[in-house]
Amino acid sequence: MPSHTFQLNGETVTVDVENDVRILWVLRDILGVTGPKYGCGINVCKACTSHINGKAFNPCSVRVADIGADDEITTIEGLADTAPGDGLHPMQEAWLEHDVAQCGYCQPGQIMTAVALVNKVREEGRAITEADLDTIRNVCRCGTYSRIREAIKTGQEAMARGL
Amino acid sequence: MGTHNPDGPSRVSRRSFVGYVIGSATLIAAADLGLAPTAAHAAPIPSAPQVPEVYDLNDFLTHCAAPTSNLIAIEVDDKGHAHFALPRMEVGQGITTAVSMLIADELDLPVDHVHVTLAPARPELLFNQLTGGSNTIISMYTPVRVAAAIARKALLEAAAIMLGGTVAQLVAKSGVISAPDGTSVTYGEAAAKAAKPTTEKVEVELKRTSEHGVVGKPHRRVDARDAITGKKKFAMDLDIPGALPTMVCRAPELNGTPDEIRNKAEVEKMPGVTHVAIIPTGVAVRAKTFGQCIDAVRALDVTWNSGTVTTMSADDVRAELKAGQIPLAVPKVGAASVDGEFTFHFRSGSALEPNCAVADVRDDSATIWGGLKSPIDAQGRVAKAVGLSQDKVTVNVVQGGGSFGRKLFSDAAVEAAHASKAFGVPVKLMWHRADEPRQGRVHPMAVSQIRATVLAGSVLTFEQRHASVACDFTHGLGERLTAEVAALPTGLSNLSFSESIFLLTQELPYNFGVITQLLNEPKPAVDRFNTSSVRNIYSPDVATASELMVDQLAKKLKQDPVTFRRKYLKSDVVKRVLDRAAELGDWGRTMPAGTAQGIAIHKEYKGATAVLVEIDCRPETVNRKVRDAVTGPRVTKAVVVADVGLVVNPAGVKAQMMGGFSDGMCQALTYSNHLVDGHFLEASWDNSAYTRQWNTPFEFECEVIESHGDQPGGVGEAGVAASMAAVACAYARATGEMPTEFPINFREPLHFEPKSFIPSVPESPTDGLAYTF
Repeated sequence: MPSHTFQLNGETVTVDVENDVRILWVLRDILGVTGPKYGCGINVCKACTSHINGKAFNPCSVRVADIGADDEITTIEGLADTAPGDGLHPMQEAWLEHDVAQCGYCQPGQIMTAVALVNKVREEGRAITEADLDTIRNVCRCGTYSRIREAIKTGQEAMARGL
Repeated sequence: MGTHNPDGPSRVSRRSFVGYVIGSATLIAAADLGLAPTAAHAAPIPSAPQVPEVYDLNDFLTHCAAPTSNLIAIEVDDKGHAHFALPRMEVGQGITTAVSMLIADELDLPVDHVHVTLAPARPELLFNQLTGGSNTIISMYTPVRVAAAIARKALLEAAAIMLGGTVAQLVAKSGVISAPDGTSVTYGEAAAKAAKPTTEKVEVELKRTSEHGVVGKPHRRVDARDAITGKKKFAMDLDIPGALPTMVCRAPELNGTPDEIRNKAEVEKMPGVTHVAIIPTGVAVRAKTFGQCIDAVRALDVTWNSGTVTTMSADDVRAELKAGQIPLAVPKVGAASVDGEFTFHFRSGSALEPNCAVADVRDDSATIWGGLKSPIDAQGRVAKAVGLSQDKVTVNVVQGGGSFGRKLFSDAAVEAAHASKAFGVPVKLMWHRADEPRQGRVHPMAVSQIRATVLAGSVLTFEQRHASVACDFTHGLGERLTAEVAALPTGLSNLSFSESIFLLTQELPYNFGVITQLLNEPKPAVDRFNTSSVRNIYSPDVATASELMVDQLAKKLKQDPVTFRRKYLKSDVVKRVLDRAAELGDWGRTMPAGTAQGIAIHKEYKGATAVLVEIDCRPETVNRKVRDAVTGPRVTKAVVVADVGLVVNPAGVKAQMMGGFSDGMCQALTYSNHLVDGHFLEASWDNSAYTRQWNTPFEFECEVIESHGDQPGGVGEAGVAASMAAVACAYARATGEMPTEFPINFREPLHFEPKSFIPSVPESPTDGLAYTF
């Protein structure tokens, strides 16, 4: 069976699994990293959103063979370590401040999307707009959308201050 | 309503209750779940009342609980922390937080020293372990506080001995008990001394509302940090030894069944696959990863038996419902009659977490882990499925990733049990998303007919006839009703269960002369469609139809919709929320053509809601493009005002209202299942147009008003009906055309290419790296 090595939340991991298994299942079923959730398996609901080399991606739709040994995957479990300090990531703090989560199932993916979106917009040299928020595709069946919008604005400010 | 019965067995005086310290090595304080408020002896109401005004579904649910003499217990450990296994299920509605707050307040403990877990199936609780009808806090409010008060009293008595002096001299605060001389003991130190060798009956008084320090103030969810760090565990996140991923290949037709697997040996040889077997609902496959299950499901070559609605489409169901409608009693009287007929299509009740359960079935026992709102019913169904007696089945209740009524049914647990038995090994069974809208539980389709009569400026009659596809209530509520027939108000006991639920929940709080609202289910078989009481079963559709007609009546009488409602409303509770919503939302402000406000009210769950929205139906908005999405009219602003009785956690109530609004809005505009030729076309979230960010209002405001009620009401479903109705009313006012079919985009060309039925699930893409950002 093929062996695959990549960087996961700051550590090098190696798994023995068929080439075409999607990364979501490598994370969840083989490595036991269950923060990324399954909600559709076809890159629609975004519940599994994680980061690859700092950009948002959906591991349900990427084969394990398509990532290399140097590719860095960050899941919600590793997000806090990508920010300065020992505590949570500022976007997670914003989520707490606005008490965004209800059932919580979609929230790891929502937060990973939010961080990537803020970074993307910042690289474009501007602040988040309502139109940017409208582009978020993550489904929340509890309907927390309005709180998500507010939390992202708060999280953006904290990220800009380098908290 | 909702006051304590002064003659009840556990009742001593106005605020005194009896409970127990259970004989044990640790401090265990218990209360009887029957302490829940008894069904009301309400004051008579002038004008002929509808049933829910004097006895509603929550009275019924609470009444069901009363005769059971079963205990719930709070344990205080040697660290002074309180532990409580709640016999209800947390699915996001915030009950673990609210119950933690109730215990913290009564026990004088910080909330983070209270640990609320979910109790496994406790068959001795009979009717008293079902999470539904927004009833949890209503039925738990008193028993939980009594148990906490008993624990507190036992701790104080132990501390009095330890510190010397009397209980009256001691002060308990934040888990520490202090004497006047400055000495103190912690709850942890007192707990061991407070334990009793044998069970003792104890009388306690509960704190007054004014003494509450935690209850009534916004509190963050107790699981918030776990949720945002990925630590919160759902059923599929559990690490149960040997329980490998398992999925089911399902029939192309709704409820079709498997006949034969043509390529079993080949599929068994596929990478990762360990087992393949026929179970009653399809072909189960078990593999090392879910991805390999998907591949195996797609590779299976199965011959199928027909489903339950072969060749039927939505219009056939509609014709059936119309033909079976109960006739209106009042004849059409020329210009005096206002008539309307409304169609509400099927919509999926799926949560984001798909149906799933872990099962370990052995020769002589079975263990289940799952998000189950009716665990006792699940225990019975699993026992039957695998041929064990019910006492050999352990059902562990895991927090759910949403429910919306869906998890009242244990479909995945029963399938997992079948698969585990067939394979002889544990399984972690999960539905593919495609299975959810296609084979999962749906909100039943309905046609609602209304006729009102207006004469000389008054509304004389208002009749509503709601014909619905049968709703499945066989998850345990049914047995309650059978057992409680004698307790029901006269006239209810002869009706079908659905009709009873309808009559117990539906109330039109207007002075419209003779009001009748009747349900019937022309084809009562519940196994044709897989239905469930999806978040607020009848109310959203009934309220949308009736509130649209209320706007029509206002128009006919040339009155403003708010003025008209205020004039005809007979409930002060409803008038207050209406007035506040109109005020907060600046009702009547001037708006551009193609945009409009809409307002609607709903009365249920011992309270009331009013929702005001602003909608933009201008072509540039309606036709805005988002990839693989439904856009359409945009609700730009929403204001929800709710009276939910006594509020335990205002933050939790607001969260439920926001969620209820998201549900109601999409049910009015975009969210449905299309039934075509015996199957539903939708197969994922890019097909089912549930609310997404591009549909979300730019402004959302919710106010929970101070209530005159002294008991908590239900909040989980309370926000849906008025939200759906308000969006429909706004759409009618913006476009000048009253919608009669919901969602309003139902007849538009499909926005998606239906996914294949064979194979029954889509392949996972491999191009994810092309969409990074």
